[in-house]
Amino acid sequence: MSTPTWKNPIIKWIDHRLPVFTFIDHSVVTYPTPRNLNYFWNFGSLAGLVLVIMIASGVILAMNYTANTSMAFDSVERIMRDVNYGWLIRYIHMNGGSMFFIVVYIHIFRGMYYGSYKEPRELLWIIGIFIFLAMMATAFLGYVLPWGQMSFWGATVITNLFSVIPFFGETIVQWLWSGFSVDNPTLNKFFSLHYLLPFIIFGLVFLHLWALHTHKSNNPLGIDIKGDQDEIPFHPYYTAKDALGVGVFLLFFLGFVFFAPNFFGEPDNYIEANPLVTPPHIVPEWYFLPYYAILRAVPDNFVDVWGLLPVIIPAKTAGVIAMFSSILLLILLPWLDTSKVRSANFRPTYFWLFWIFVIDTVILGFVGAKPAEGTWLLVGRLATLYYFVHLVVLVPLVGRFEKTKPLPDSISAAVILSGTDIKESS
Amino acid sequence: MVTMTSKKVLLAAFLIIFSSSVNATFVEASSGAAHPEEQSWTTNGLFGFFDRKQLKRGWQVYNEVCASCHSVRLIYYRNLSEIGFSSDEIKKIIADVEVPAGPNEDGETHADGELLMRPAKPFDKIISPYPNDLAARAANAGALPPDLSLMTKARKNGANYLHALLTGFKDAPANFEVSEDMNYNPYFPGFQIAMVAPLSDEGVEYSDGTKATVEQMSKDVTAFLIWTAEPELEERKRLGLKVMLFLLVFSAMLFAVKRQVWAKLH
Amino acid sequence: MAETDSIQEETEHEGTDDSKRDFLLYSTVAVGAVGTTSAAWPFIYSMNPSKDVLALASTELDLSSIEEGQSITAIWRGKPVFVRKRTAKEIESVKMTKLGDLKDPQSDTDRVQKAEWLVLIGICTHLGCIPSGQKGGDVKGDFNGWFCPCHGSHYDISGRIRKGPAPKNLEVPPYKFTSATNIVIG
Repeated sequence: MSTPTWKNPIIKWIDHRLPVFTFIDHSVVTYPTPRNLNYFWNFGSLAGLVLVIMIASGVILAMNYTANTSMAFDSVERIMRDVNYGWLIRYIHMNGGSMFFIVVYIHIFRGMYYGSYKEPRELLWIIGIFIFLAMMATAFLGYVLPWGQMSFWGATVITNLFSVIPFFGETIVQWLWSGFSVDNPTLNKFFSLHYLLPFIIFGLVFLHLWALHTHKSNNPLGIDIKGDQDEIPFHPYYTAKDALGVGVFLLFFLGFVFFAPNFFGEPDNYIEANPLVTPPHIVPEWYFLPYYAILRAVPDNFVDVWGLLPVIIPAKTAGVIAMFSSILLLILLPWLDTSKVRSANFRPTYFWLFWIFVIDTVILGFVGAKPAEGTWLLVGRLATLYYFVHLVVLVPLVGRFEKTKPLPDSISAAVILSGTDIKESS
Repeated sequence: MVTMTSKKVLLAAFLIIFSSSVNATFVEASSGAAHPEEQSWTTNGLFGFFDRKQLKRGWQVYNEVCASCHSVRLIYYRNLSEIGFSSDEIKKIIADVEVPAGPNEDGETHADGELLMRPAKPFDKIISPYPNDLAARAANAGALPPDLSLMTKARKNGANYLHALLTGFKDAPANFEVSEDMNYNPYFPGFQIAMVAPLSDEGVEYSDGTKATVEQMSKDVTAFLIWTAEPELEERKRLGLKVMLFLLVFSAMLFAVKRQVWAKLH
Repeated sequence: MAETDSIQEETEHEGTDDSKRDFLLYSTVAVGAVGTTSAAWPFIYSMNPSKDVLALASTELDLSSIEEGQSITAIWRGKPVFVRKRTAKEIESVKMTKLGDLKDPQSDTDRVQKAEWLVLIGICTHLGCIPSGQKGGDVKGDFNGWFCPCHGSHYDISGRIRKGPAPKNLEVPPYKFTSATNIVIG
């Protein structure tokens, strides 16, 4: 990667002093990229796009929003009715949240399928998990702001989760609320943090990209770039491919915004928060449903049955621990997966394990929307059990015993031999 | 290598399961109420629009029937111009309406314990029948008539549900015991509702000659409430069509560019 | 920009149907630019006054209770508006004023619709303070109109600047009489 020579005198002058143009050239123009990336590699840039859209629409919404329990609901309705294009900007922000999670979930599963978390990309993966955690926090805080019934009761239920922390639970919950229930100080605080976190995500994304550009993208074959014949410059190949992805994605996204803006929402959130009436079904936003299922799956008598430190871990704590560890475990994935082969295309057993895991998380999401009783509870428990067995038992074992298929010599060799990956991607 | 076909089958299966699980959030087990029948609203579909004549009739039903108990507190009188009322008609509508005047020059809001009032202006919100929830409950045997501004968005399948509810009052089946001050309605969760059947044939007199049947009035007032909940609906769908059309063309162009760029690799 | 440069470079190396390729590429970039601009528009336009603000853009005033020689202060678009029913003597005094004596020459008849009713935006044209003179006991300045306490601008009973640092006469808002005693400002 050589330093480009700039013809334009102004660019040259600036670049000599602050090499931004060289930086741009290195990171999105000449940046060497495996020539065989398929469309699942579009979702990283899409996630970046959604982040920008969310920040832009969020800034405009904040200009018109009032973080006060007596006015929040009406101020959102004023945005919907009186602010010029307020309905558009609010629906973009509302559906953008769901889009962010759709895109990021596909991005994460892509990483799992192709082993993108493996050496030397462990930190890249871990930073990604932290971005995901920050996204979840931001989404949760943001959902409270319109101050509808689901906002209020969702906030109440989730903050109460922390009451299970031994000894300090009550103190911590009061600290979260800045009071004795979810109320005005809570709303104010949540607004402030909801505005802050996206910029922290932005910073984490920068680190994520830095780590990415250090070792370059993984690819569907999961083998390293061995020479110039394996790579192509990012521009124009992947700029063109990412742009196409953006076009198709916007069709999907704005289709919801304009024609089914409340598809992902809950009717109850169009009723102003009422601390005296709990809605019959409190359901989190769809992207939290798998975790909600895990939370509720752990039996109340879990500790009695297993006899595990019953004094330190009270019964309902176990569900909370299970929920948080379901995400935090992913940090360890690079070490839990013992296989040297990255891509599931060459791992016949892991291939099926991966898809069963995907289906398992979808089942968890399904269960999360159902009342925690009867068959659903049983299904939820089995799916939760499988989730952990997959990560902690199956993935380490399969990596050790699986007979993998032979890897191609190089990316270009595989491309020339089969032509499938190029065909698939063009 | 695992074959392409099995990958695609799995992907398709995943998408189907995923989409059905998203749907599952919304179509969850009903909480003991009949399923409302699907109605055709002019606002449905890609080309949905407001039938302004119907909305004006709907306003009449709201104003003459519902407004005695229910508010539409998010709507201003000026908004009525959006459904086809002229400014003179709006002046007529607010001719007898008074609203709290706010503090006068001496900073007083009350005189002799009574709120100071002034004539309503188009920029005022449509007045609510009760000053607060407590007063509303007191006047309705403890039941709170909910605000209707967002009703069609605040209930599942809102418009169809409202129409089913308004036209669904009937005698309770023999084995069902209706509590005191309650009325039987199969569409209301729990089958008992505090509201008495509000509509009756010829309950209002339409000036455009439409026959005021219960069915008609219910449709009209529901259409009106679709508008109060989503006044942007018509503009949203019109703009949406343009945006979709643009994106289709743009994506097709991007597809061509992408193919052209990648063709160089072969 | 660097990106377009390298596109050009690459297309230059191509052989036959360059112009066709360029046309597709440039038209796509153009359509994309139009799309991005149109997408930015709602965000920018959203910062214009909203419908509820515009609904309050005009203020209706009932003047019937104002006596001759009395002023009221109304609020219009968040600013104070002075409405004064002038006495015959006051009207006479401002009519007598020679335009040559004025810093911002304007005849009184150009500043009122009906001679007895003077409607002004009560903000000093110097640095935006609110002049005194609305109430009986207020300091009214050397010309018996209004006096700005911040830097000592004196206005006459037509709201014209007569002395002090203010460069312009007090502004007259747009208004119209809807009846003999009703005006709509804005």
